Amino acid sequence: MTGNNLTNKKISLSPSALYGWLGDRIFAYGIFILGFIVIFTTIAMAVSLYFSGTEAISKFGFFGFMTGRVWDAAISMEFGTWPFIVGTLVTSLAALALSFLPAVAIAIFTAEYAPKWLGYIIENLVNLIAAVPSVVIGIWGIFIFTPWVRDSVYMPVYLWSLENAPTLTPILGNPAGYGMLTATIILTIMIIPFTTALACDSFRMVPKEQREAASALGATKWEVIRMAVIPYSRGGILAGAMLSLGRAIGETMAVAMLIGNKNTLPFTIFGPGSTMASVIVNEFREAVENIHLASLMAVGFYLFLISLVVNLVAAWIQRKYAITGGRAV
Amino acid sequence: MISLRRRYIRDNIMLSLIILNTIVILIPLFIIIVYVIAKGFDALSIDLFTKELGSPTRAMMGEPTGLVHTMLGTIVVDLIAVLIAIPFGVGAGVMLSEYPDHWANPVLRVLNDTLNGMPAVLKGLLAFTLVVKPMGTFSGLSGGVALAFVMFPIIARATESALMNIPWSIREAGLAIGLPRWRVILSTIIPAAKVGLVTGFLIAFARAAGEAAPLVFTSFGNNYLPIKWTGWFTGPVDTLPQRLYNLAISPYEHWHDMGWAAAIVLLAVIIASFIIARFVIRDKK
Repeated sequence: MTGNNLTNKKISLSPSALYGWLGDRIFAYGIFILGFIVIFTTIAMAVSLYFSGTEAISKFGFFGFMTGRVWDAAISMEFGTWPFIVGTLVTSLAALALSFLPAVAIAIFTAEYAPKWLGYIIENLVNLIAAVPSVVIGIWGIFIFTPWVRDSVYMPVYLWSLENAPTLTPILGNPAGYGMLTATIILTIMIIPFTTALACDSFRMVPKEQREAASALGATKWEVIRMAVIPYSRGGILAGAMLSLGRAIGETMAVAMLIGNKNTLPFTIFGPGSTMASVIVNEFREAVENIHLASLMAVGFYLFLISLVVNLVAAWIQRKYAITGGRAV
Repeated sequence: MISLRRRYIRDNIMLSLIILNTIVILIPLFIIIVYVIAKGFDALSIDLFTKELGSPTRAMMGEPTGLVHTMLGTIVVDLIAVLIAIPFGVGAGVMLSEYPDHWANPVLRVLNDTLNGMPAVLKGLLAFTLVVKPMGTFSGLSGGVALAFVMFPIIARATESALMNIPWSIREAGLAIGLPRWRVILSTIIPAAKVGLVTGFLIAFARAAGEAAPLVFTSFGNNYLPIKWTGWFTGPVDTLPQRLYNLAISPYEHWHDMGWAAAIVLLAVIIASFIIARFVIRDKK
């Protein structure tokens, strides 16, 4: 009888509520609160940029501010973000166009051709280069790249066009070294490793059977890659390219150091320009007038919108081609 | 129908183009790193780690200047950022992987990735409106918050994929012996996914440690050590990437050299965390 009671007691010894169901509730709600704060941070970014910039947006109008071509923080206090939108889109799209094929080719070599040890080295090297901070690339650009490219490329081309093709000169612009082309090249250098790493990942996700099937049909190595590997991984590659574009659009320090910072259209190939991110970082600390500060915040809001579109398109591409998994870079 | 011979020729042409491209692109990229390291080594000195920067005249008069306040400031700001980012990042990651049925998860996943893809300047602007404006001053705290915004989306993504790699049977085993869910997560899942989590922290740290854009208008920069210790949190603080930017665009020759030295220190920090993440931890698995 007593023994029976004892075993009953032992079995019915349930853990305390705090340990059991209550603990579960507390833990789950704690986690949900943390998760919701992450959600609200993103929303807060959009809302705070909009409301900080609302003075400028309401004064010049949503589209008026977007398409305004004058950015005058000294006399007329008139602000429009069009020059910066143009600068951002031109430099980052050009950088994407320049970097896409070389980056994918490196990824093909790493994932398909290279022996395992070499692929391992290249992959780590690429990831290492991707981790170099943009200020470090910037200081290299200011002291090494810009003087070199000015003396050995820009000046000869400019002098040649002065003599032989005078119509070209205004398009080329001032060959001072700091300008749109320099910024584009630096952006290209910075996003190549990023595109390569993402493309490599999606090549690695192609099943072995896919390659074997193509080989069994008598395809050469290149034909296997072209017909079986690339079509299978194109979603990952394109999504990676969109993410790289997003990187290029948001790249701030290296561009601010090398683009020359000119606020008025038209921009020329060699001549100075400006991007949305670079104007924010250059002028924010010196913005005294309220309307100037609000305008910079509004530029940030438009930058947010552009990045949002690019990111959502990348997510959509990835979803559409449904290669599962993501990468936290 | 193309003959077999021409197909082989095309095969070889493509292979040589790809190899040529790889060599032509990768070697210059590697040379940039080597160049920065070589140039930075020449500029390193003991003064760099023991003296403050001071005014530009100090450098022009040839007096010893250094970046000790910058190094300490970087440690303070990065530490604040890590302390803020880890709970939120891990929390969001746990929510995504351990409570997969929660209705907010699709939203969280999309918004977390969106935040990750947002330019770092905008994270700085957010920290400016959330922290600098209410405090009324640029501060180390706001710099830490700005860098935390850079870190936690990366940590969340890394946590999610690390926890997803743990098979469901382990969770079921834990639940079957009567552990409550929180205990299963804290004592079996997270220890099992430790390697992935720490790698994620290090990658996030490496990414945030190099960001200058959000710090320019949050921690602002400072040429001197703060007078009181609270100055690290409530006053303007110098950090390596932001100081590197200011040195590089300054007109003083001596400061340019110091910029190279700052570059190599920054690069060393980032390469160190990169190597720990990629090789040291991975081998322990």
